[in-house]
Amino acid sequence: MPSKNDTTDAISVDRLTKRFQDVVAVDNISFTVRSGELFGLLGPNGAGKTTIINMLATLLKPTSGRAEVAGFDILTKKDEVRRSIGVVFQEMALDVKLTGKENLEFHAMMYGMEKSLRRARIDEVLALVELRDKADVLVEKYSGGMKRRLEIARGLIHRPTVLFLDEPTLGLDAQTRRHIWEYIKKLNTESGVTIILTTHYMEEADYLCERLAIIDFGKIVAGDSPERLKDILGGDVVSIELEGDSGNLAALLEKEDWIRTLTRHNNCISMTMEKGERRIPRIIQTAQAEGVTVGCVNLHKPSLEDVFLHFTGRTIRDQEASQSERNKFMMRGHMRGRRR
Amino acid sequence: MIDRAAITVLWLREMKRFVRAKSRIIGALAMPLFFLGFLGMGFRRMAIPGMGDGVGYLQFLVPGILGMSLLFSSTFGGLSVLWDREFGFLKEIMVAPVSRVSIVLGRIAGGVTTSMIQVLLLFGISFLMGFRLRSLPMLLLALVFMILISVTFLGLGLVFASMMKDMQGFSIVMNFVIFPLFFLSGALYPLDNFPAWLRALSYLDPLTYGIDGIRAALIGYSSFSLVFNLVVMGCFALGMIFLGAFLFERSESV
Repeated sequence: MPSKNDTTDAISVDRLTKRFQDVVAVDNISFTVRSGELFGLLGPNGAGKTTIINMLATLLKPTSGRAEVAGFDILTKKDEVRRSIGVVFQEMALDVKLTGKENLEFHAMMYGMEKSLRRARIDEVLALVELRDKADVLVEKYSGGMKRRLEIARGLIHRPTVLFLDEPTLGLDAQTRRHIWEYIKKLNTESGVTIILTTHYMEEADYLCERLAIIDFGKIVAGDSPERLKDILGGDVVSIELEGDSGNLAALLEKEDWIRTLTRHNNCISMTMEKGERRIPRIIQTAQAEGVTVGCVNLHKPSLEDVFLHFTGRTIRDQEASQSERNKFMMRGHMRGRRR
Repeated sequence: MIDRAAITVLWLREMKRFVRAKSRIIGALAMPLFFLGFLGMGFRRMAIPGMGDGVGYLQFLVPGILGMSLLFSSTFGGLSVLWDREFGFLKEIMVAPVSRVSIVLGRIAGGVTTSMIQVLLLFGISFLMGFRLRSLPMLLLALVFMILISVTFLGLGLVFASMMKDMQGFSIVMNFVIFPLFFLSGALYPLDNFPAWLRALSYLDPLTYGIDGIRAALIGYSSFSLVFNLVVMGCFALGMIFLGAFLFERSESV
C-alpha cells in the first residue's frame, strides 16, 4: 500500500487520444495522478470521461498516445495493470442471479486468491460497506445503493493500488450519495489507495477531490485543486449592507491591499477577496471603528459551476443539452449496452 | 496462460445460474421433446428409404433429436456472452487479470456441462418412449460425440457473439444459421433422400457428422464410418474453439 505522502505517480497519461470513426472522444489528453491522491475528472456527460477510464483499465485501445497505471504501460503490460487496479463501472456490472457474496467470491477467484484469504477479505469488505446481513441475498433483490456499495466492496477485495470509480453516485438519492461519499473519503484516507473518479456533479468533485481536471469535448480545459480553481475567478465576494450613515468606510476599505475590487451602490458595498470568511471580522471592526453599523453580511464563495462557466462559457447543464445528440450517436455506434 | 481458478469459477457461475433457472431448463427441453414425441409417433409406421434395415423411426430419430438439443443449447450458450455484455458483467470478467484463453475455456466448460445435463435428461426420457440401446460400452462413444457437438457449437456461438453488438441479431442467427444447420444435418431423415446439391451442403454441416456418429454408436447404423465421423467432429470442435477464442479476444468488451 502506498502511503499518503508517497510522491510517485499512480497514473501518468501522455497525449492520450481515442477516435471513434469521425468522433474524437478523447483529444490529446495528458495528466498525472499522484500516489494516494483522490483525483477527479469533472465534466458533462459525453465529455469523454468514461472513455478515458476504459482505456486506463485496458478495456479500450487508445488511437494514439500512451499511459501508465501503477507504473505499468496500459498497452504492453495489460495483465500487470489489471492486477493493480479495481474498477467500479458507471453501469452496474454485477451478476444479479448470484448473491452478493457469490459475486465477491467470483471476483476473488478471478484474481487468484486462496480460499482462506478470500474468506477473510470478503468478510472485511462486506463489513466496510455494511452489507454483511445481505450477503446471501440475490443481487436482483438489492436496491440501487446496495448494488453500488457491493461494487465498491468488490473493487477493493484484491487490494488494488489504484481504484477507478466511474460516476460512483449516478442515479442515487441524496442520502445514499452522502453515504457513498463518506466511504470513498474514508477509503482514501485509511487505506491510502489512489482513487480516480469521474463525475458530472459539481458538489461531488468539490467535496471529494484533492485535485481535479475539468473535461469538455474530450479535452482538459483546466486542472488543479478545487480551491485553486475557484481562486482563478478572483476569490470570494463579500457584500455588506450598511444602516444609516456610511461615513468614510468605503474609502478606508479600498486602502486594504487584500481587497481586490470594491463596488458601491446605495448602502451596499461588495468586495472580492481571497478567504472571505477570514476577512469579515476585520471588515466589521473597521466599520465599528468608523461608527458605521453593518446590518447584513453576505459571503459568496465561487463554486465549481462558476469555474466551469468561466472556462467553457456555459454551465454544465447547457452543455448536457447540447451534447445529447452527440451522446446518442456515440452510444449507438460504440457503447451499446453501456446504459440501462 | 491457462488459469485454472478462473476456469473453475467461470464454470461454477454457469452451474449456479443454470440450477437457479429451472424454467429455462424446462423451456429448453420442451421443443426437442415435442419433436421427439410427435414425429416419433407420427412417422412410427413409415418406411423411409435409407434408414437402415430393421431400424424403426424412433431409433433413427433419437440421435437426431439429441443432436438438435445440443445444437440449440450450445449455440445459445456461446451467444450468452451477449447477455453478459448487455448486463455489464462482461466488463467485470474482462478487466480481471486472466488470460482471454482461460475466459473462453471457462465459458466452454460451463456451456458443455449445461448442454450435457439437458441432453442426458432428454436421452433418459427417450428410453421411456421406447428407445433401446444396442450395447452399453458404445454409450461412452456416443457421449464423446455429444461433447464434441457441444464444443463445436459453443465455438460457433462465440463467433457470432463476437461479431454482434447486442441481441438484435439473435433471430437472424436463429432462423438463418441454427435452423438450416438442424435441417441439413439429417436429424429427422436420411440424407440419401436429398438431391445431390443439397447433400453437398449437408456435408459442410458439422452436425451431420455428429448425429451420424451418435447413430453409429447407439443404433449401429450410419452413413459414414464411426472413425471418420470421430475425426471430422474432432477437427470441427478444435477449429471452432480456436476461431471463437480468436474472435472473442479481438472483440471490444465495452
